Amino acid sequence: MSTADAIACGSPYFTGDLRFPGTLVFMLNNTNDILTAVGIVKTFPGAVALDKVNFSLRRGEVHALLGENGAGKSTLIKCMTGAYRRDAGTLTLDGTEIDPHDTLDAQKLGIGTVYQEVNLLGNLSVAENLFLGRQPRRFGLVQTGEMKKRANALLAQYGININVSAALGSFSVAIQQVVAIARAVDLSGKVLILDEPTASLDAQEVEMLFRIVRDLRARGLGIVFITHFLEQVYDLTDRITVLRNGQLVGTRETASLPRRELVTMMLGHELQSAEKAVAEAESSSGPVQFRFSNYGKAGTIKPFDLDVRKGEVVGIAGLLGSGRTETAELLFGVHKADSGTAEIGGKPANLSSPRAAIAARFGFCPEDRKVDGIIGELSVRENIALALQARRGWARPLSAAEQNALADRYIKALDIRTSDREKPIRLLSGGNQQKAILARWLATNPEFLILDEPTRGIDVGAHAEIIRLIRELCAQGMSLIVISSELEELVAYSSRVLVLRDRAHVAELTGSEITTEHIVNAIAAAPGAGEHP
Amino acid sequence: MNQKYLPLIATIVIFIVSYAVCAAQYPNILSTRVVGNLLTDNAFLGIAAVGMTFVILSGGIDLSIGSVIAFTGIFLAVMLESTSIHPLAAFALVLVITTLFGAIMGAIIHYLEMPAFIVTLAGMFLARGMAFVLSIDSIPIKHPFYAAMKGFYYKLPGGGRITLIGGLMVLVFALGILLAQRTRFGTNVYALGGGAQTSALMGVPVGRTTILIYGLSGFLAGLSGIVYSLYTSAGYSLATVGVELDAIAAVVIGGTLLTGGAGFVGGTLVGVLIQGLIQTYITFDGSLSSWWTKILIGALLFAFILMQKAILLLSRQNKRYS
Repeated sequence: MSTADAIACGSPYFTGDLRFPGTLVFMLNNTNDILTAVGIVKTFPGAVALDKVNFSLRRGEVHALLGENGAGKSTLIKCMTGAYRRDAGTLTLDGTEIDPHDTLDAQKLGIGTVYQEVNLLGNLSVAENLFLGRQPRRFGLVQTGEMKKRANALLAQYGININVSAALGSFSVAIQQVVAIARAVDLSGKVLILDEPTASLDAQEVEMLFRIVRDLRARGLGIVFITHFLEQVYDLTDRITVLRNGQLVGTRETASLPRRELVTMMLGHELQSAEKAVAEAESSSGPVQFRFSNYGKAGTIKPFDLDVRKGEVVGIAGLLGSGRTETAELLFGVHKADSGTAEIGGKPANLSSPRAAIAARFGFCPEDRKVDGIIGELSVRENIALALQARRGWARPLSAAEQNALADRYIKALDIRTSDREKPIRLLSGGNQQKAILARWLATNPEFLILDEPTRGIDVGAHAEIIRLIRELCAQGMSLIVISSELEELVAYSSRVLVLRDRAHVAELTGSEITTEHIVNAIAAAPGAGEHP
Repeated sequence: MNQKYLPLIATIVIFIVSYAVCAAQYPNILSTRVVGNLLTDNAFLGIAAVGMTFVILSGGIDLSIGSVIAFTGIFLAVMLESTSIHPLAAFALVLVITTLFGAIMGAIIHYLEMPAFIVTLAGMFLARGMAFVLSIDSIPIKHPFYAAMKGFYYKLPGGGRITLIGGLMVLVFALGILLAQRTRFGTNVYALGGGAQTSALMGVPVGRTTILIYGLSGFLAGLSGIVYSLYTSAGYSLATVGVELDAIAAVVIGGTLLTGGAGFVGGTLVGVLIQGLIQTYITFDGSLSSWWTKILIGALLFAFILMQKAILLLSRQNKRYS
């Protein structure tokens, strides 16, 4: 048995350390591998996105690439398809080393990619999309009849019979996906990368897509499948590679990897649970300050009940796509609830818009601070003053002195590392940007604060500080909802943990039940019959 | 039925209905003489509008063509007046100049990632300025070759004439339709209009196609200038101001989406003919100011933009419930 096979079978699972030249030779010599990536490194300013990651794809297999947001899945894909240039590492396709310099190049070499949003042209006909740039010609003129015939023949292989002269955009996303796959396979034919192809499909369409993927596997293609639906991983794939924080966690046979272990690989809990906060006992016995009954929105998150006491930290756990962020957005009024009621201090509350939520002294630090949170060109001071100013209304501007005092106070209190308060916030490190956003909401003196992934993408030192801040805030009587994929962190500061799966609240853990073990079990529990992601 | 033909069919229906309305009032409008004149009088606009169609299909705009037509006219007049060069050689020379002019604009748009609006606006001032540098006067062209060209026509039954320039416009449209519908270049133009980035990912040579599109528009503006100089037998720097806007109007009335990616070269011919028909009607009436042409074109344009929006919304709804 070669080393690569040992890695693939993976018991005990392989931790991704391939530094010995001898091992590399074994990897490259495995003739059943169609695509191998060894020691891929990719760094972005201030962050290592991929740290010596190895990946191998065999002929005729469907290989799931899994990991939470920021794990490095898409970076790895982009390095393999030439969309990014890797900083180090080798790629071998079909026994020859390759160095794709862009996606077109990778396509010519044999690596085709299909994205979640179809990357074809909706205004062109199906046939034109399939044969763009290689239309059959005679005397310089495109043979439209011949092109349609070939398009029909090509799609027939996938069991699809549609009018290939009609604009691609007039078909459903599922059909467009199939056309994209047909084009990619026809052009490349060795490796097919499917990047969350099922995210916007319904159950029936997913079934059709899977049938096609199985056919392609039977034809000997190597297929990389990225998804965050675990059901689909077990339904379709042969092997699983898990990444976390830019590092390879391991590659395993799907059949021999229990769901529970997979979740553990994705979320990680090697670090033993930190000491539980002691303050939890008294804080969780106070009166319920915020009560959400049967609160939900059709198509976004199933109705749930949630009580939050003063000074309590409620953690929300679940995999990507389980409805974590949707829950936060619903509580903050980004999505308007279409069922249930909200009460604050026993009185009905209106939380139908973020504006109304801010007026009710709610705060929300969103997950993707680059997109939803910071305004990069504005200074630290302006970013901090933003939410308070919004609540006061533009008719009553904060004076320059007030803004300066505010900014200085929080820069000091939260230890935001910046040379001065007028520095554009985009120049700060991730952790300091995160603290500035936190400062923005603290400045409004909220009673209910929602933090969505407060420690995402920031270094370990900043992690500890954010956690310390969370503890301090709840000691001051603020109620907090914290969403995080870092289970150890949730365990460390939560008085209660809600577990989400498939856009529903499935479990609530309190007191001594709060361990990473229990959370993983709750996430991984197989869904009941009839449920489909 | 394929939805993409809807705007084209709407245009053709409008043309036929308005022709019928005009004919009911002035039966003479049906004579071949009027039909022949319709082609001759709009030849220069039609030829330029073919180039504009390609530009708009690709998601761009070319504001320079009116100025390029004027530049071509004055260039020919000056060349034929002050040198003994044969008109055909002058034609070839000016076509090379205008094609290069367009291609350079295309290259700037692509390589410097500048908006086509600004680049061709600069081109518009530049070409107009160059025309003034050549001469500020209206210079008549009295070359015998011009007279010979004008005497060259196909006689229709009923006294109408398909002149050389009218026939040339029809030929340019025929070639334009072939180029758009049956060549890889044509598909690439549509692809660019559908999304430049996606096109690049799918392997469309974006730079080459952009340069070719604006080069083609420059070439056809030059050809349009030659036709205009044959039509008027003169060159004048202040001629054809705003023709680019007439061409854009013809393209949009012809059913081409101003955002690119959808439309037909053939539709533009109908768009040009609708404009010509309104002009003819006003000439027949005699009492209306010629500015009524502009008012009617404005109303038509507005109606077409509304219709395109409606079709877009409808197709979105169909997709949702299909």
